Amino acid sequence: MMVLRTLNQGPRHGYAIARRIHDWSKGDLEIEDGSLYPALNRMLHKGWVEAEWGVTENNRRARYYRLTAAGKKQLETESSAFNKMVRAIQLVMRTS
Amino acid sequence: MFWRNLLYRDRMDREWHEELESHVQMLTDSLLAQGLTPREARSAALRQAGNLTARREEIYRMNGIQWLDSISGDVRYALRGLRNQPSFTVIAVLTLALGIGANTAVFSVVNSVLLKPLSLPRAEEVVDLAQVAPGAGGVISTRGLGLSTSMYFTYAEQNRSFQSVGVWTFRPVTVTGLAEPEQVFANIVSDGLLQSLAVQPEIGRPFTAADQRPDANGTVLLSHGYWQRRFAGDRSVIGRAILVDAVPREVVGVMPAGFRIADKPADLILPMQLDRRRAILAGFSLNSIARLKPGVSIKQANADIARLLPIWVRSWPDTPGGDTSASGFAEQLFLHSWRIGPDIRPLRESVVGNVRSVLWVVMGTLAIVMLIACANVANLLLVRVDARQSELAVRAALGAGWPRVVRQLLVESLLLGAAGGVLGLVIAYGGLRVLVRNGPSNLPRLSEIGLDSRALAFAAIVSLVSALFFGLIPALRYTRPSVSLSLRDNARTMSHGRDRHRARNTLVVVQVSLALVLLICSGLMIRTFQAMRSVHPGFERPDAVQTFRLVVPPTLVPGDEQVTRMEQAIVEKLAAIPGVTSVGFASGLPMDSAAPNWDGILKEGQSYAQGSRPPMRLYLNVSPGLFGSLGTRIKAGRDLTWTDIYGGRRVVMVSENLARELWGSAQAAVGQRVRANDIDVWREVVGVVEDVRHLGSQEPAPAVVYWPVFGRLHYAPVTLATRAVACTVRTDRAGTAALLNEIRQAVWSVNAALPVANPETMREAVDRSMARTSFTLVMLGIAGAMALLLGLIGIYGVTAYAVSQRTREIGIRVALGARPADVRQMFVRYGLGLCAMGLTMGMVAAAVLTRLMRSLLFGVTPMDPTTFAVVPLTLLVATLAACYLPARRVSAVDPVKCMRAQ
Repeated sequence: MMVLRTLNQGPRHGYAIARRIHDWSKGDLEIEDGSLYPALNRMLHKGWVEAEWGVTENNRRARYYRLTAAGKKQLETESSAFNKMVRAIQLVMRTS
Repeated sequence: MFWRNLLYRDRMDREWHEELESHVQMLTDSLLAQGLTPREARSAALRQAGNLTARREEIYRMNGIQWLDSISGDVRYALRGLRNQPSFTVIAVLTLALGIGANTAVFSVVNSVLLKPLSLPRAEEVVDLAQVAPGAGGVISTRGLGLSTSMYFTYAEQNRSFQSVGVWTFRPVTVTGLAEPEQVFANIVSDGLLQSLAVQPEIGRPFTAADQRPDANGTVLLSHGYWQRRFAGDRSVIGRAILVDAVPREVVGVMPAGFRIADKPADLILPMQLDRRRAILAGFSLNSIARLKPGVSIKQANADIARLLPIWVRSWPDTPGGDTSASGFAEQLFLHSWRIGPDIRPLRESVVGNVRSVLWVVMGTLAIVMLIACANVANLLLVRVDARQSELAVRAALGAGWPRVVRQLLVESLLLGAAGGVLGLVIAYGGLRVLVRNGPSNLPRLSEIGLDSRALAFAAIVSLVSALFFGLIPALRYTRPSVSLSLRDNARTMSHGRDRHRARNTLVVVQVSLALVLLICSGLMIRTFQAMRSVHPGFERPDAVQTFRLVVPPTLVPGDEQVTRMEQAIVEKLAAIPGVTSVGFASGLPMDSAAPNWDGILKEGQSYAQGSRPPMRLYLNVSPGLFGSLGTRIKAGRDLTWTDIYGGRRVVMVSENLARELWGSAQAAVGQRVRANDIDVWREVVGVVEDVRHLGSQEPAPAVVYWPVFGRLHYAPVTLATRAVACTVRTDRAGTAALLNEIRQAVWSVNAALPVANPETMREAVDRSMARTSFTLVMLGIAGAMALLLGLIGIYGVTAYAVSQRTREIGIRVALGARPADVRQMFVRYGLGLCAMGLTMGMVAAAVLTRLMRSLLFGVTPMDPTTFAVVPLTLLVATLAACYLPARRVSAVDPVKCMRAQ
């Protein structure tokens, strides 16, 4: 979901996605950068993202990922489900 | 997406590799910007990124189907393994291909002949209205008792079970007016027959009820083949007239290609034009085909006919125009003495006839051959797996689970099975071509035989099942995880354990016993063949007798004495041909399978009770000189003469067995008098001839009364000639085209409208009567030879393997002072021990199984002691050789060298 969220603002390459997640979590989430790629592969399979080779600002070849319509829909359902769950948890935490 | 991923997997893998690499590069760039040295930056970046190779592999696996992937790996690995051992692969594939090929070929035959329905619309409704008559003796043929004209009328008009009932028969007819006079076979059909088959003519119309009236103008239907051959497929043939037996007949239609009635293809179809006024009770010579009403079972139809039989016997006279009131006698005879009863069966069954048992025996034997072939391949695989023990152990040690190893081994056997199956199909195809070309002509539906989808499926299933069978034995045997044992064992520090050999030994024992069963079966067939060949058929040197058929239709030569004089003239012309020693003719020849004529005979001086009938004898009309040209000896008295015949002298000859039965000896018969029935005149027996096996070598010689070719009939005061005759010409030139040409010229010099038909030598007729036996013999012989060869290879292989595995042990034995001869003996004893076990089991199995082929045997019992002694002995000697060859290698073992080598 986080990957999809990063792509919601426009196409990015894998390194940028990794940096973005890293920054958002302020280093709280200790994820290996490599584990991003199997996830991307899976999303390619499901048709949530599309990939295209391009060149970065530093003149390196990289693959840019773009959210598809199906990916946007998936992001919406996932984030609403997540929000619901978070709200539920907060409710429980507050009442106790 | 999915398949594209799979197909472009390698390219995508490269892309991922590039992407991951550029990720690391960008990470390094940013770290460099933070002021790290390039080396520090690179290693930090790699740490941050994690195990990228593992990620790449993860993605790679995600993009594939795992089992397919590893199977294709197994296949590649197995192919490499098989390629690396070409001799093993070739032997295994060839063994399987032979087995699968032979089985598929015979299955195709069984399928086409026994299983596939006849190619008729709703073929399951079409039946043969056969009848049984257990009390009638020789009147019934193998097809049972035929229908009489009156039965046909009764059944066709009064039944409740059939849509239609028809009768048919066949005879040679002469067609003139087209080119040379030609003799062809014609089917003669009644109304209801073509309706029962439900086949419409290709062009023109079928026979109508009007065509079938006795006074109707002549009509004829052509077969597709005849239409093509004689009229080049000209559609305007409809309406033309052709001369059939010198009678003009209008062509009304052409039947479609492949049409035939039961199993008698014919060129012409004529309407039977039965005359109801002349129908009598007797004359059971017509074949019948009927179509059941939908939903009526054969049992119900049988009951229906059983109901009609008493009605029939009371409705028709005994003689043409006679009255039906004296039917008590007929009822007594036909229903109580002969016990006529219905025996309706599907037409397919009566077409297939007695070939059924032969085919199933052949199919069974080839299944056994397949088992032996599988056992052989399993044995080879066992040896191979044995040699790969260390490899398998290493794989197991590296973490391959045993299902994985079993799968690898099974993939290998499936590959072998598939290769064997494909090659087997090629063999089956070739074999069938040969069979259809050279197969016994009396194998029904021969032309329908071919590889069809069912046969292909059969081959595929046989390949698969046998691959699983011979693949599982080694797989189950050797993949139990016993790593330490295998690794240790392979270090060759000890001889092989006993249980290692057990699987192989069992296979060999089974092989030997199966081979023995097959060899005993073929041995019995050889003995049958010998017995049939050694039977004295009642004529001499059949290959020096040329025969042919001749028919003189009444429309060509009306007078009967004229016909006989013409026949005599032909005989004299033939006798003048250079090299011809004697000539004769008769209404039927031994083993020519023509529809025989049977009746009783009464001897003078014996009173016969009212209503009883004497036993049936074969009636033949013969010319003077026939016995001389056949080489049949006259045991007492003399031959017929032309003077007897033209002088109207009432004389007959009888066979020796009939003379013995009636008067005690051949000599006593001469001068005695007989007659056929109460209204017949007395006839003098002038000669007695030796017994002739008219019905085939395997049938006992029937009692025969030989009548002159021209004389007073026994049932009516008229004198008739024999118009359809088979001529015999004894000459050493028999079977040559030149002789046949001279025969034709001789016949045409007497009458140019007479065709010479069905030329063949007596030898060919004899061979035809033995066709079933020789076919079975050849098939069983092939199966037996294959079984013997495979069995011997099995024994040879096992002994050779034992020798090679125990080289060390042999070295030690020799070093300790054993003589090579002793060691050799040890191995021969080992092989013979296995063989002896196999032989014992095989003898028991054979004793049980040979009973099943009793109906195919002649002159030997299923437990024939000679076969049961000679075959196992032969097999034992062959085994001895197969053991001795590898054991001889023992002497080549140099103890020093072999100890050092290890």
